[in-house]
Amino acid sequence: MNWIRRRFRPEQIREWVLILLLIVLILSFGMVIQDYYTGRTFNRISSSIAIIAVMAVGETLVFLTRNYDLSVGSITGFTAYFVGMQLTRNANIPPLAVVLLAIGTGALMGSVNGLLVAYGRIPAVIVTLGTLALYRTMLVEYSGAKTILTSDMPKWMQDLSSTTLFSIGQVDLRLIVAIALAVVVLFQLVLTYLPYGRRLYAIGSNPDAARVAGFPAQRIVFLAFVLSGALSGLAGFMFLGRFGTITVVAAQGSEMQAIAAVVVGGVSTSGGSGTAIGAFLGAALIGLLEQSLRRIPAISEFWRDALLGMLILLAVATDLVIMKRLREFWARGELRVESSGPEGSGMEQPSQEALHPATGGK
Amino acid sequence: MFQRFLTALWERLKSWEGLLLILLLATIFVNSRLTPAYLTFENQINLFELYIEKIIVALIMAFVIINGEIDLSVASVMGLAAGTMAILFEHGAPAPLALLSGLAAGALCGLFNGFWIAYVGLPSLVVTLAGLIGYRGLVYVLVRDRSITAFPDWLNRLGQQPLIGPFTLAMLIFFALAIAAVILLQYSGFGRYVYVIGNSKEVARYSGVQVHRVKMALFIASGTIAALAGMLYASRLGAMRGSTAEGFELEIITMVLLGGVSIFGGKGSIWGVLLSILIILNLHNGMGLAGLSGHLRAGVIGILLILSVLVPNLAGKVRESLGRQRRLQRAVETVEIEA
Repeated sequence: MNWIRRRFRPEQIREWVLILLLIVLILSFGMVIQDYYTGRTFNRISSSIAIIAVMAVGETLVFLTRNYDLSVGSITGFTAYFVGMQLTRNANIPPLAVVLLAIGTGALMGSVNGLLVAYGRIPAVIVTLGTLALYRTMLVEYSGAKTILTSDMPKWMQDLSSTTLFSIGQVDLRLIVAIALAVVVLFQLVLTYLPYGRRLYAIGSNPDAARVAGFPAQRIVFLAFVLSGALSGLAGFMFLGRFGTITVVAAQGSEMQAIAAVVVGGVSTSGGSGTAIGAFLGAALIGLLEQSLRRIPAISEFWRDALLGMLILLAVATDLVIMKRLREFWARGELRVESSGPEGSGMEQPSQEALHPATGGK
Repeated sequence: MFQRFLTALWERLKSWEGLLLILLLATIFVNSRLTPAYLTFENQINLFELYIEKIIVALIMAFVIINGEIDLSVASVMGLAAGTMAILFEHGAPAPLALLSGLAAGALCGLFNGFWIAYVGLPSLVVTLAGLIGYRGLVYVLVRDRSITAFPDWLNRLGQQPLIGPFTLAMLIFFALAIAAVILLQYSGFGRYVYVIGNSKEVARYSGVQVHRVKMALFIASGTIAALAGMLYASRLGAMRGSTAEGFELEIITMVLLGGVSIFGGKGSIWGVLLSILIILNLHNGMGLAGLSGHLRAGVIGILLILSVLVPNLAGKVRESLGRQRRLQRAVETVEIEA
């Protein structure tokens, strides 16, 4: 029992459950839908997941600090259009500069959110609800209600959606999927090992304690919003690459998908707990549902959003009811293990346990 | 002397409602200078008619936000109620059944939200966000990508034509609800409960207020009134689509927050909300007459939403630092006198 307690953290259970759920879903979709296990299905689902996942990772950073970013969809839409416009005007911009332009534009928009939330002390819901409308307005005004077409893009951009790093049989690893995976891994490392990542958790768990401990809370929250904006910018670039045709409603409502992914992925809505991998798994679940449901004639694709809403509620409710119990159970176990240490066999070498309380009694 | 005048003026302005009144007069003044036809009675009525559904929902939203919660799902509930009604009319159901089903759909949504928030204890932001997505999803399940126009003639007439004098049914409902809201929130025991819970849930519970019951009642009311507004909206437009009333929550919440209701709960009044409704209506109308597009107007409303919280925040900060300076000055003076 203790072995199990030490091996798995309660936070990880959510991730294992999600993986299990994904497997079950894939198996059952495979039974209902004809020709489900093909390379094409995988490619379509993975490209769809990639964009949500990148936005969800940015949203995770903001969620960890007990804030919300509702403007990510508008930022993604605006950067997709803005970058696309620059490319139609001048096709010779090098690809790297295009990516940097997208990230920079997104970061700039995110910094407006961050400035107002962290330094203006306005609740994030208000700020980002406002900028959700504002950035969409900027897109409409900037575009003059015109549409960007795939045919106006340079060759490399047109090919981006089918650019493949390597393929095993029919299954390709698309470039945008690789970008998304890289983002997830990178930010998981940042969250786990970098001081900045740890501070995000600290602020979300207890803002007052973090402030007393001397963390620059305002700067940390500000940066979280900037990063969220930057990742939305990157998602905008991927959106442009995947669809090519950008209208003024591009990525409208995708903030809901990002938030759904984050919440389903086990990131706490009251801050301080959650992982980038969890957010990715949440995005995978949503992408899988979205792309698979429309292939089942009996359940039309119109059911997608209704199911999504239920899924979010279910995720949050289980988090509150079950995970809380589990966490208490774990904490009690930890206590028992530690207190039984000195009395039991640990008597001979209590100093070692005192030095390494994290490993607990053996 | 001049400073004293400034402080006196500042005291006046300090009440948020006073500031709103000045803002409203300024908006009306500028508008009427720009457009001669602005102050005509028809224009003012027309202005009300275009936004009547949103301002009906804003009334109940004020209760919810003062209570320390938020309901993001109202626009989706509006759509769902309108969709339920439209589908039933399309299948030839009798009118009472269609109308009541629409209302019931809204009440059920409110019950569902309220259950998770009041009894399970989930944050309302998340629950109603799920509702925003989920109920809108149900609308699409109901009406798919069609546009339903199979409303009976009397319903369209009721939605579009004046009923008593120049007022349409929706306006009369708004007036009745506004009076009820003022009485209920400002002058009744229930209203006091709403404020107390908004200020501190714990204090309210220890004082013997049935917190979950009040919250439940508010969310059911919010769902029902949103449903009513949605049905009025559909009957005014004479048509119903999957995207009907989509995105309305932004403007509804803006109306409430601009009215001086604190997003943290416990503060605000219906008077402020009524004033801010008038301001937003006049702003919209002025911008419309000046030829601004709908999207640009949404952007202006977005900026207004942010400003409505930023300005009081900054004012508080300025006042605080001014007070500190004054205290410092006084301390320096006393030290000088003693020396």
